[in-house]
Amino acid sequence: MMAFVRQVLVIMAKDLRAELRTKEAINASLSFALVVLLLFSFAFDPSEETTREISGGLLWIVFAFAGTLLLNRSFARELNNDCLDALISAPIPGSALFLGKALANYILVLAVELIALPLFGIFYNVRWTSQFWQLMMVIALATWGMTVTGTIFSALTVNIRLREVMLPILNFPSLIPALLGAMQLTSSLVAGNPITSANDSWLKMLIGFDVMYTAVSVFLVEMVLVGG
Amino acid sequence: MNAVGVEGVWKFYGDYPALRNVELSAAPGACLALIGRNGAGKTTLLRTIAGFSRPGKGKITIFGNSPRDTETRRLMGFIGHGISVYDELSALENLTLFGKLYGLADPKKTALEWLERTGLERVKDGLVREFSRGMRQRLAVARAFLHGPKVLLLDEPFTALDDRAIAVLQRLLREALADGKTIVMSTHQLREALELATHVALLNRGQVAFHGPRTAEMVADPGWVYARYGEG
Repeated sequence: MMAFVRQVLVIMAKDLRAELRTKEAINASLSFALVVLLLFSFAFDPSEETTREISGGLLWIVFAFAGTLLLNRSFARELNNDCLDALISAPIPGSALFLGKALANYILVLAVELIALPLFGIFYNVRWTSQFWQLMMVIALATWGMTVTGTIFSALTVNIRLREVMLPILNFPSLIPALLGAMQLTSSLVAGNPITSANDSWLKMLIGFDVMYTAVSVFLVEMVLVGG
Repeated sequence: MNAVGVEGVWKFYGDYPALRNVELSAAPGACLALIGRNGAGKTTLLRTIAGFSRPGKGKITIFGNSPRDTETRRLMGFIGHGISVYDELSALENLTLFGKLYGLADPKKTALEWLERTGLERVKDGLVREFSRGMRQRLAVARAFLHGPKVLLLDEPFTALDDRAIAVLQRLLREALADGKTIVMSTHQLREALELATHVALLNRGQVAFHGPRTAEMVADPGWVYARYGEG
């Protein structure tokens, strides 16, 4: 078990180090998130009340698209110099490779979201911190779901020439339940309403989504990488 | 027990059979040169032996086990067409990374030893993207040998190497054979390969046209196998 955790952390550290050396994907993702937030604020000029109502949808659309830019690079990074061959031939289970990459993606996507969130508050003049910790929990859960599905689909599409197009086409439909839950909860929390028994079914669904997709991805990744 | 066993292997790309009922074996300590024209199936066979993809039919074994077994992968070293090291990491970081993945006791120490053996110790902290082609290839050789594999799978190992990298690789391969390690290599560089090989297999359109010990005729005339068993 310790060996497995060590392998996961080695892969995660490698991906983070490689990304932070070039900053290619994180710069693109962050720029995209900021530009979209800015453009929407000019395009709609909504009242504070309207902004609170649409905040969940707006934020999660931005997070999902910006996240896709990062997730696209996850396995594509391994194509350069045929590095994927070296990882596949190393004596580590596919699940360790997958979880290491998913964790690295999670940290990067979360970093972009946590920078974009205060800027959303500034651009739209919204106080979003009244349910801060619950909002952080929702973001953490939904981002893990988005990262897990994005990482497995990144592995699946790595050898496809149009992978940049294929990843969102495959990923977004499967993300609909998680995004719906995240949007509903985020709108409610930004409006200052805590999660109660009336809307905690969305939270349970987010947790279920994360557990199910993590388990399925861990189970399938070996097949995705080397075939049945 | 054979170090490498290939039993009735078929590999399909769509409907096209890239490998057709391939039967091969390599005993421990043998050096098998896989030769054949472009498109004969050499790379596909090596990648299937390495476990990068599964055969459509048939069976591959490394010391009797599947190449996808975790412990079996520890026994194999692979050099493919790409150098399989990260441009964004330094030479030392790359080798330490793979040392950790292979569970070496002291990955950094082993990495430093291999950097010295391949003449890269002075640039150990340099990023691979700043390396010359020859340096990158020597690093790829170090990466493949780092964990002391018992079976070396080499796809066109001499192609595009500079003189120094060829000398490093030939020295390491001779040492590996002297240590009883098994080598399977595909190549177009017949002269270099036949000098090392104990056995030769000629692939022709995905089938084994010849498989047997290297003979004096082959060393004297590297084209002899093609003339005798190939398409001509």
